[in-house]
Amino acid sequence: MKIEFLYSEDCPSHAPALERLRDLLEQEDLQADLRIVRVETDEQAQSLCFPGSPTIRVDGQDIDPEGTTANPVGLSCRVYRTSDGRFTPLPPEDLVLQALRRAAGRQTSD
Amino acid sequence: MALKIGADAPAFELKNVDGNTVSLESLKDGASALAIVFSCNHCPYVLAWEDRLIQIARDYAGEGVRFALINANDPVKYPADSFPQMQSRAQLKSYPFPYLHDETQEVARAYGAERTPEVFLFDASGKLVYHGAPDDNYDNPLNVKKYYLREALDAVLAGGTPPVAETPPVGCTIKWK
Repeated sequence: MKIEFLYSEDCPSHAPALERLRDLLEQEDLQADLRIVRVETDEQAQSLCFPGSPTIRVDGQDIDPEGTTANPVGLSCRVYRTSDGRFTPLPPEDLVLQALRRAAGRQTSD
Repeated sequence: MALKIGADAPAFELKNVDGNTVSLESLKDGASALAIVFSCNHCPYVLAWEDRLIQIARDYAGEGVRFALINANDPVKYPADSFPQMQSRAQLKSYPFPYLHDETQEVARAYGAERTPEVFLFDASGKLVYHGAPDDNYDNPLNVKKYYLREALDAVLAGGTPPVAETPPVGCTIKWK
């Protein structure tokens, strides 16, 4: 499993998001090739189609594909929605978990 | 650098989403406390805290506390933060406070604001008594342990000083021109 974790320094949720990702990998007993990418310029954001910080891609697939259309490409902080409709800058645990399980070929609840 | 605790609120006159101009003096006049919150439309931290700030403003309105939100973001880089979009957001969420446009960004610079949301709470005499985040958990209101702004308001209204006067503002950076 290959995971890309893209972030920009300006958005403080990247540290807890990375911690959440690592915790879930451990919880699910999954091994992953984790690549952490710091996005620093608008040009870099464009070339990476970066829809805001933090962004997590598992085997090339965004953990929230629908969310990428709601977030313009650029050096913004990314908006996520929780399952109960709240806004948050932190990738919700269920989205991360579903993406990991999907990539691992495990059953997901979605 | 942000205002120091005890500093006076820098004066301003800014356009509100209703088209009228709002001044610091008009906000301070007769208020028991005044919360100036640098905010915007697009930032997930603002969105995460938005309903909580609205509720705080409503809860304390009867005690003479006033709120004003100020958006200083560059709308060219961030069209979601343009004045028409501010008007839409204020209407959609029925903001119970003015939502002001700092088009020149001079007010944000005068306050030393860096993030959205970033709270500056002034007492009745116009002195800064709290600066920072609304509370200690942007992600989930159910997991808040420290209600910084509410505790500061309670202290000011009781004639005292906030138990915590400063916290690091947490949010998106203000988008400078």
